[in-house]
Amino acid sequence: MTDILRNICLWVDDRLHVSKMFAATAGHHVPKSSGSWFYVLGSATLLCFMIQVVTGIMLAFVYVPSASEAYSTLMYLTFQQPLGWYLRGIHFWGSNFMVGIMLLHMTQVFLFGAYKYPREITWISGCILMILTLGLAFTGQVMRFDEDAYWGLGIGAAIMGRVPFIGENLVHLMLGGPIISSDTLSRFFSLHVFILPGSVIALVSLHLRMVLTKGISEYPKPGQLVRKETYDKEYAAIIKKEGVPFFPMAISKDLVASAVVIFGVLFCAAYFGPKMPNGLADPSQIDTLPRPDFYFLWIFAVAALLPDYTETFILLASGPVIILVLFALPFFNATGERSWRRRPIAVITVIVLYVGIGILTYLGHTSPWSPQMDAWTSVPTERSRVVGRSPLELQGLVLLQNKQCRNCHAIDGIGGHRGPDLMDIGSRLNAPQLTRQIFQGGGNMPAYGNKILPNELDALVAYLVTLRPEGVPPARDSAVPGVPPRQTIESSVRAAASGAQ
Amino acid sequence: MSDPSKEPEKCACDGAPKANRRDFLLKVGFGLNALAGAMIGIPIIGYALSSFVQKFPLKQISLGPVSKFPEGTTRLATYMNPYRRDWDGDTAEIPCWVRHIKAEEFQVFAINCTHLGCPVRWFEESKLFMCPCHGGVYYEDGEHASGPPPRGLYTYECWVENGELLLKGGILPTLADPKV
Repeated sequence: MTDILRNICLWVDDRLHVSKMFAATAGHHVPKSSGSWFYVLGSATLLCFMIQVVTGIMLAFVYVPSASEAYSTLMYLTFQQPLGWYLRGIHFWGSNFMVGIMLLHMTQVFLFGAYKYPREITWISGCILMILTLGLAFTGQVMRFDEDAYWGLGIGAAIMGRVPFIGENLVHLMLGGPIISSDTLSRFFSLHVFILPGSVIALVSLHLRMVLTKGISEYPKPGQLVRKETYDKEYAAIIKKEGVPFFPMAISKDLVASAVVIFGVLFCAAYFGPKMPNGLADPSQIDTLPRPDFYFLWIFAVAALLPDYTETFILLASGPVIILVLFALPFFNATGERSWRRRPIAVITVIVLYVGIGILTYLGHTSPWSPQMDAWTSVPTERSRVVGRSPLELQGLVLLQNKQCRNCHAIDGIGGHRGPDLMDIGSRLNAPQLTRQIFQGGGNMPAYGNKILPNELDALVAYLVTLRPEGVPPARDSAVPGVPPRQTIESSVRAAASGAQ
Repeated sequence: MSDPSKEPEKCACDGAPKANRRDFLLKVGFGLNALAGAMIGIPIIGYALSSFVQKFPLKQISLGPVSKFPEGTTRLATYMNPYRRDWDGDTAEIPCWVRHIKAEEFQVFAINCTHLGCPVRWFEESKLFMCPCHGGVYYEDGEHASGPPPRGLYTYECWVENGELLLKGGILPTLADPKV
C-alpha cells in the first residue's frame, strides 16, 4: 500500500517537478537571523490579501455593482444572506489589517535598511504594492455605495478637476461620464475586483521573486556597513555559514503571526461586525457629513488645513513627489549603515510621519474646521450664561442661537469650533469691535451686515460683552478713558466674594 | 525546414544575407501579431479613454413652475440628470439651490462646494451656504464668504419661459469645468 502511494507521489513529482519547485521557493535558504518576529509582517500582509480575495469573491456572489441595486444588495448581504454579515465583517476588517500591517512592514523595512543595495526592486515593487493597496481601500469604500461613497467620489472628482489642461477629461474618465452615476460604480467595481487585485498579484510575484533572487535581508547589526563591492559576497557567506531553509526552519514565526492575524480579523469581524453603509447614495439627501474611511482621514484633514494658495499645487504634486522620493530612496541611500540604531534621521522621519499622520487623522476625525450644522438648534447654553442678563442681553442670546452663530462658535466648548470659543469674547473685544466684526466679518468670518437688523446687532453685542470669565474685566476701548484694570479686577473679586457669601 | 545552424545563404547579386524562410516567417509572425495587437489594443484604449474625445454638452432642464420658488427665498430643487441611465437609481436625481431674487430674476447654484465638491447647505436665518466637509461658507448670492473654497458657488445658466424655470446642466461642476 505504501509503495503504491510512494509511486503515485513520485509519478506526480516526475511530471510536475514539485520537489524542484519547492527547493527553489519555500525551501530556499535564508539567513538564520531573519527568523525574527520583525520579519513576519510581509507574509502577514500577503495573508490579509488572500483573505480579501477569498471573501471578496464570496461577496461578489451576491453584490450587484449597479447604482440602483448596490445598496439593497449590501443590505441583503448584511441582514438576510446567511453569514453575509460575517463575510462582510472579515472583508472590512481584513482590509483594515492589510493596510495597517502593510504600513508596519514598510516601516520595518525602512528602519532595517532592507531597501538598500541590492534590494532596490524589492523596495520599489513594495511601494507600488502600497499604492495598489490604498487604491483597493479607496475603491472598496466606494463599493458600499452609500452617501460617504458618493461624496467621496465627488471629492475625488473635485481633485481631478484641479489638474491643469486635462482636468475635465480626467474627471469624466474617473466618473465614466459627465456626473457620478452607475457608470462610476461599475468602473470602480472593475478596478476593485479585477484591475487592482490583478496588479497586486503581479507585483507580489515580482516582490517574492526578488526575495528569492536577492535573498531576504539579514538582521542588521550596528556597524555592519553595506558596500556594493562586497555585499553580495558577504551575503553569500552568511547563507553558506548560517543559512537555513525557509521551510521548515524559518517559517514558524510567520505561521504563528498568520494565525494571530487571522484570529484578529475573525475576532473583529465577529465582535465589531462589518462597517454599515450610511444613508443611500442619494445626492438630494444633503444632510450628510461626508467622511472617508479612517486611512484617508489625514488627507481629508490636509485638504482643510492647507492655505488655499498652496492647495491645488500640494494636492496634485504631493502624490507624485512622495512616490518619486520613495522610488529614489534605494538609489540615493544605497549603501552604508543598515541598523536603525545608527540612523537617527530614519528614526526621526518615522516618528515625524507617524505623529504627523496620527494628529492629522485625529483632526480629520473631529473636523474642528467644519461648522456643526445642527448646533444652532441642538446645543444648550449653560445656566451661568443666562442668569442675571438684562432683557436686551437675553434677546442677544436668542439671536446668537437663531443666527446660527453657534454652528461655528462654541460657548464653553459646546458648539462648532470653526471660529473662536465665545466664552471669553467680552474680555477680548469691546462693543464697537464686536459690532464691526459682526457687521463686516473678516478673519475667516462672513460679514453679517445685511443679514441682521441694527437693533438685533445691538442686542447681540450687548450679550456678547457679558461673556467673560469671572474676575476678568471687559475689553476696554483704548480711545475712551476707562476704569483702571486693577480697580476693575478688585471690584469683580469683591462682587464674586459677596455673591459667594 | 532549413537547419538553424546553417549560415543564411548569400544573395548572388549584392552579397547581402538572404533571408531564409524561417526569418521570413518570424518577421511575418511578428508583423501579423503587431497588427492584431493594434487591432485589439487601439479599440480597448479608445474605449477606456473615450472621455478624452467624448463631449457632454449641457442640456436644457426644467425645474418646474416658477410658483414653486416664492420670491425672496432660496430652496432646494432637484432635477433628473439628462445623461441618466435606467439603472442609475437615486444618483440620477441631482439637487441644486434655487434663489428667487425677484420677478423673473433667479440664481441657481450647484450643490457642490467649489473646494472639494461636498454638498453645501442653506441656512435661511444667517443667509449663508455652509459646507460640512472643510467649512467653506458662501453668501446668499453664491459669493465666497469664508473657508477654503477658491471661488463662489458654481452657477447654472437659468431663465424663465412660459412660467417654468429652465436651466442648462447635466455635468458635475469642477474647477476644470465650472459651467455646470
